Amino acid sequence: MTTETIDTAAQPVPSSQALVALFRSPSGAVGLAIVGILVLCAIFAPYLAPHDPLRMASGPRLDSPSLAHWMGTDQLGRDVLSRVIYGSRLTLMIGTIAVGISLTAGLLLGLVAGYASGWAERILMRIVDVLFSFTEIVIALACIAILGVGLVNAMIAIGIASIPFYARVTHSIVLVEKNKPYFESAVAAGAGHLRLIFIHLLPNVIPTLIVIGTLGVSTAVLAAAGLSFLGLGAQPPQPEWGFMLSSSRDLIARAPWMMVFPGLAIAITVLGFNLLGDGVREVLDPRQRAR
Amino acid sequence: MSETLLDVQGLTVAFGFGPGRNMAVDGLSFSLSPGETLAIVGESGSGKSVSSLALLGLLPRQGATIERGTAHFHGRDLLQMSDAERRKVRGNRIAMIFQEPMTSLTPVLRIGLQLTEGLVEHAGMSQKEAADKAREMLRLVDLDDPPRRMRQFPHELSGGMRQRVMIAMAMAMEPDILIADEPTTALDVTVQAQILDLMRDLQARFGTAIILITHDMGVVAEMADRVVVMNNGVKVEQGDVKTLFASPQDPYTRRLLAAVPRLGRLAESQGPRQVVAEPSPVGETVLRAEGLCKTFAGRGGLFSRGIGTLAMSDVSFELRAGETLALVGESGSGKSTSGRAVLRLIDVDEGRIDLQGVNLRMLGRSALRKARRGMQMVFQDPFASLNPRMRVGRLVAEPMLIHAIASGSELEDRVAALLVRVGMEADHMRRYPHEFSGGQRQRLCIARALGVGPKVIVADEPTSALDVSVQAQVLELMLELQQSLGLAYLFISHDMAVVEEVAHRVAVMRQGRIVEMGPRRDVLNSPRHPYTAALLAAVPKADPTATRGKLPTLDLGTLPMGALQEVEPGHWVAT
Repeated sequence: MTTETIDTAAQPVPSSQALVALFRSPSGAVGLAIVGILVLCAIFAPYLAPHDPLRMASGPRLDSPSLAHWMGTDQLGRDVLSRVIYGSRLTLMIGTIAVGISLTAGLLLGLVAGYASGWAERILMRIVDVLFSFTEIVIALACIAILGVGLVNAMIAIGIASIPFYARVTHSIVLVEKNKPYFESAVAAGAGHLRLIFIHLLPNVIPTLIVIGTLGVSTAVLAAAGLSFLGLGAQPPQPEWGFMLSSSRDLIARAPWMMVFPGLAIAITVLGFNLLGDGVREVLDPRQRAR
Repeated sequence: MSETLLDVQGLTVAFGFGPGRNMAVDGLSFSLSPGETLAIVGESGSGKSVSSLALLGLLPRQGATIERGTAHFHGRDLLQMSDAERRKVRGNRIAMIFQEPMTSLTPVLRIGLQLTEGLVEHAGMSQKEAADKAREMLRLVDLDDPPRRMRQFPHELSGGMRQRVMIAMAMAMEPDILIADEPTTALDVTVQAQILDLMRDLQARFGTAIILITHDMGVVAEMADRVVVMNNGVKVEQGDVKTLFASPQDPYTRRLLAAVPRLGRLAESQGPRQVVAEPSPVGETVLRAEGLCKTFAGRGGLFSRGIGTLAMSDVSFELRAGETLALVGESGSGKSTSGRAVLRLIDVDEGRIDLQGVNLRMLGRSALRKARRGMQMVFQDPFASLNPRMRVGRLVAEPMLIHAIASGSELEDRVAALLVRVGMEADHMRRYPHEFSGGQRQRLCIARALGVGPKVIVADEPTSALDVSVQAQVLELMLELQQSLGLAYLFISHDMAVVEEVAHRVAVMRQGRIVEMGPRRDVLNSPRHPYTAALLAAVPKADPTATRGKLPTLDLGTLPMGALQEVEPGHWVAT
């Protein structure tokens, strides 16, 4: 069953072609470039960063940007550039883990609810509706209250908070696909539950979820920055962008560089993932490609 | 023929740019005289619709360009007009009606408003004058109680009534030209006949010239004075309708006319057209449906039950090996529901479904899955019935995988053999469904159904989404498979001519009931039930020399809809 799933998940567009198409779309190319730079920063952080992000007094305190410290130093004399570079690791981890949690759980919930129909669907979707009726940040705060403060818990909280969204989207796609003749013909051929769900429905849901998952990374990054800003996510001395913003709050007049650079990093990252998501949508949506 | 109303010369429309652009219409010329009906016929992709859209300036702004050509109308060139001028001509001097009456009326506005809008805008009438005119038009298109219709919304009307409203709207301005793009394709055959009659009446009354765009040779023969035949954007032939049908000159026209199924062609023979030397004989009963009933639950609110719709009531039939039973009827007759019910794709409320002596209704989930090996389905829309994300090889192999009939290289060999069997090539396996045409996809669906060696195939309108020439090929394939493999077909169709070609026996359905069932020759040649007779009378004949005559009026109140009674051996009629 599993090997078949992998086999048939192949898309009408071969992946190499899809990548080429992604480069051709302007937003996709820019998004890919930004995200690519981010990934490179995360991988090669030790080589790129001029200083140890955690070492205090690697320069004078609250030094303005200079040749030695391109983005200046903070109140403990840590190099801001190094901290921003190392921060990309945490940001990517937050994005992938949070989206991974919500995407997997939402996908399963939506698939099962949409496929099952009847009372199972009603119960599952009503639970989702209840979760949906709270703002994501409120659910995230509630989760943190239960799990405790910390970056990992913040990721889990953000992941759980956006499950309803993914479940809703998956559910609605499944409802559409389920009524198409190809699904009915598979039923008529005698296909069982697992085959219907994983071979017929899943591959038709995945492209849309890839798009919203990519867009979701930016939401997750923002949410994590927000939680860290409130002191519920990253803890000192972790070089997390949101946390860096919050610790610069009191010094905004004296050392604006402490706020500007992590803020820019967040903004550019969010922009990059949004553009990439748009690009992926253009590539995966045949109607858009046809134009 | 003395004067020319519209003179189109060298119309050329292209989609896309550069040398690789797609020439949708290439050098089309025709002329139209006042009061005549010109039919533009062709199969999908022939450019017949694009040419009329080009005349009205309705082509998509991006992508399509009118490269060359002139269209003189009252001394002006339609193609050179500004948008504002063209808007004045459109809906005023030239009106258009579309194929889909369900979507071409604005759903949120009352009929009255939609009708009067154009009159106020173009003819400068006052609201009151426009309303009077609108009521008069509704009366002219034979809608009852016009004042009430004016207040209704489109969803309160049936498809045929909506098309009448569309016609009323188009004719209200008394245009010189009415362009009708497949005006009856979405309608049932009896409604189609009424609409065609109506268009003819109005034409005689107002002296309107009609450009009729259609793929249906029967409609052409019935309506047209002259015909333009198009293929791949090029006009291949034009001429007077009688001459064209009697002696088509171009090979394409000849092929097209030959492919049109004509009711009555097999009136003398007992069974379907024989396509193999020794067809396998009709054998034992393989499928028996008894007293099937199904009511679809209405959509109630949270605390209330909606009123249900009766889809099937006491439907019983038998199907023997090597035999085709055609279920015919109009939309909403329950024919598709019956087809799905015997496969248990929907569960019936009452009744028995025996497949080779096993009552399918008694089976549990896994036993039912096994039993489905004996019965497969071919759907109407070959574009939607193949999973777009699976390769052809896997699609065709799937039923065999499910039923563990073969695996590995043996499976691959079987798929290859099946593809060849239905007239495709073995290396089509690696492609995706979207790379194939409609006819090829329907072949793939048939190949997929054949893989598990079923006894019965339920075919739900298998050719109605296809062009006639392709339809002929698919029907040929189905006949050949039946006659060499002894398959039983439950063939669901609304097209009487197709039914005549393939069926051994016919069951006519109306409002969820079978009203007449019997040998194909008896039912089609001498129908006993008034509804069957009305259905047959409404079929347009692809012969311009024959006149259809007046439509029989059905008295729906006294139509016998009771239990079936045997009037001749094997021929049952509702009482």
